[in-house]
Amino acid sequence: MIYYITSIALILIGMYAVLVKKNLIKMIIGLSLVDGGLHLLFIAIGYVDNKTAPIFSKESLTAADMVDPIPQALVLTAIVIGLAVTAVALAIIIRLYDHHKTLNVNKIRELKW
Amino acid sequence: MRKIITFLFLAILGYYMVNLMNQIPFGEDRMNVGRYYLENTVSETGSVNTVTSIVVSYRGFDTLGEVTVLFLAATGLGAILFDKRGKKRRKQHASSLVRTTSKLLYPLIVLLGAYVFVHGHLTPGGGFQGGAIIATGVLMMYMSYRKFETNHKALTIIESVAGLTFITLGMTGLILGQTFLENFLPLGTPNTLLSAGIIPIIYSAVGFKVGAELTGVLDTLLKTIR
Repeated sequence: MIYYITSIALILIGMYAVLVKKNLIKMIIGLSLVDGGLHLLFIAIGYVDNKTAPIFSKESLTAADMVDPIPQALVLTAIVIGLAVTAVALAIIIRLYDHHKTLNVNKIRELKW
Repeated sequence: MRKIITFLFLAILGYYMVNLMNQIPFGEDRMNVGRYYLENTVSETGSVNTVTSIVVSYRGFDTLGEVTVLFLAATGLGAILFDKRGKKRRKQHASSLVRTTSKLLYPLIVLLGAYVFVHGHLTPGGGFQGGAIIATGVLMMYMSYRKFETNHKALTIIESVAGLTFITLGMTGLILGQTFLENFLPLGTPNTLLSAGIIPIIYSAVGFKVGAELTGVLDTLLKTIR
């Protein structure tokens, strides 16, 4: 249960940063926090009590001793996509800074909401 | 004002998320497809790491898309940040302690990365993780030696060859078997390095590709900042 609470808290903190902060870099950090919270939530949902990682490294391990492998495989994909999104977002921010000489969203007129 | 609205919105969102999660008890066994994968992975793919067999074999096509997304991100980064003049980086080196240590550690980190992706079907690891570890080593060299350069031509060649290996193996499976990415090599004994047919080859290709791509991303980002 504590894992659920932690991951939901991470998601909410990330959303707060995206919605309230004015600095673009801080908004990207918020996006990454949402990402991390979602990954933690996935893994927590796939967890089964008293079971181990889905790797048959010993002869004695059987399929009944293992947690759900699917959320782990999905999160592996999601981490890579999250990395790509963060990298492209940072590149766009570098270009925005070159153009406007500021990272404040309110001073970049085209992005006001 | 905006903060109050945001707090209200987040409170509602959090309330409903906690409510939703209350209906999914923690730590309970509710596998459907996962059960099938766990029971059949060793006999069907020969890989003892179930996550690897899902990522590379059962959902291998998805991984090809994932590698494409990463490639597009690296290319897009280059396109956005391309600068003809090429900004000069600052000349000052890190202290000699940092330089010596990173020179000693750099080959070891690359070796660890290679180990992680070659053993992707036996241990928790794989192409993406190993590639990221290699890129970390290169980043350390960039940080400590201001003049450290990577060969862009070589990076492009590694990336293309790795991507082509992935697709060629998939097409060979289509020709020799029935489906794209079908395992056409012998499965071997589980829990040995040379087992699981095409899985280690594909994961090594992914490792090379991810390592080269992330190094390229770091290079582009560092060249933009003075």
